Amino acid sequence: MSDHTETEPVAETIHQDDEALLPELVAHLRAHRTDLRQQWAERITQAHLLSAMTAQEVFSEATSVYDNYVEVLETGSVEALQHYARDLSERIIPRGVETHEVVGIVLLLRDVLARSLFEKYRDDFDLLNRVLDAYEPAANRIANTVAVSFVEQRERVIRDQQDALLELSTPVLQVRERLLILPIIGVLDAARAQQLTEQLLHAIRAHRAKLVVIDITGVPNVDKSVANSLVDTVTASRLMGADAIITGLSSEIAQTLVTIGVDLSKMHTVGDLQGGIEEAERQLGFRVSKEPDEH
Amino acid sequence: MSIDTSTNAPVPLPASVLSQGSNLIVSIHTALDDEQLTRLQHDLLDRVGRDRARGILIDVAALDVLDSFAARTLSELAYMALLRGARTVVVGIAPEVAMTLVRLGVHLPLAHTALDLEEGLEWLAS
Repeated sequence: MSDHTETEPVAETIHQDDEALLPELVAHLRAHRTDLRQQWAERITQAHLLSAMTAQEVFSEATSVYDNYVEVLETGSVEALQHYARDLSERIIPRGVETHEVVGIVLLLRDVLARSLFEKYRDDFDLLNRVLDAYEPAANRIANTVAVSFVEQRERVIRDQQDALLELSTPVLQVRERLLILPIIGVLDAARAQQLTEQLLHAIRAHRAKLVVIDITGVPNVDKSVANSLVDTVTASRLMGADAIITGLSSEIAQTLVTIGVDLSKMHTVGDLQGGIEEAERQLGFRVSKEPDEH
Repeated sequence: MSIDTSTNAPVPLPASVLSQGSNLIVSIHTALDDEQLTRLQHDLLDRVGRDRARGILIDVAALDVLDSFAARTLSELAYMALLRGARTVVVGIAPEVAMTLVRLGVHLPLAHTALDLEEGLEWLAS
């Protein structure tokens, strides 16, 4: 690293107020921008961070982050950085960049800059201390801002996806008068089971259903909690006066349920959806018959 | 028991009991407290004997809460009434109430449930 420190008179800086230290620091970081940025980008590659991005991209993002970083040190306002961090997160989250990588690169930059300050002020321990006093809180605030922005952005993405999933979750369909089917597809967790039960109960009232066929062919894993939420759903619909038939228990699931000791004997289960609907039709008094072939 | 001090008579229950054929139709208007529930249970059992009722229909559609005591009382009532020869059906449980009952682990094992008055009467007639 090029060294201008020795040309600067130490006696002059030592009497400066602490407020004057930050501008001095900013000037130093601006003066060594190319050099420090290069170091930082190298350290990022060494640490295998941001591996989802090309070296070119890493370098150009590094430049923006560096400039933003220095600006925050100068103005003390994190607003612009927040904005940039949100923007950056939006761009890199879909590429699979992890939280630890983002936090990692900011901490690396903090480290690179701190080292350059050590080097600059190594002859004056007292001044170094005061410089660090000015630098550390600002640097921490920056690290904090970037990390929080990233996590917030990620949570927003996750929330959006969850909402989207819930929306296209599960249709409750009427197949015959007073007969509903509820085909469940995908993982059934507590929140979804709750939402599904609510939907089903309202549909029971709206359609005046007497029977519901719940098909779980599309549920990949049926464990104790899934089985229990199914029991709850069935119990709740019974309270509303509608009986339920569960269909689509695969042989694996049947084996698992017996092995883990879930008791579904109070449930009415039928092998597949077709069988369930046929059974329901029988119970409701429908008779479906095929017309004989005409010769 | 709450007593109306002016007349010295029990405060009327916020529930009406109508006799329809061989059935008793009970509709509950507002949430009952524990004492009122117990009184309702007692009154109904009396009426079963007096009216020689064969069925009891309890409409709870107006309730947005049904706590575990109420559920147990209704359930017990169903069993007691059965011992006196009357079947009981509880109708009009709202979706939210059903979900709360299930979440609380409360069941109505001894009472039949149906969607509404019409369904309940149909079941009693069967």
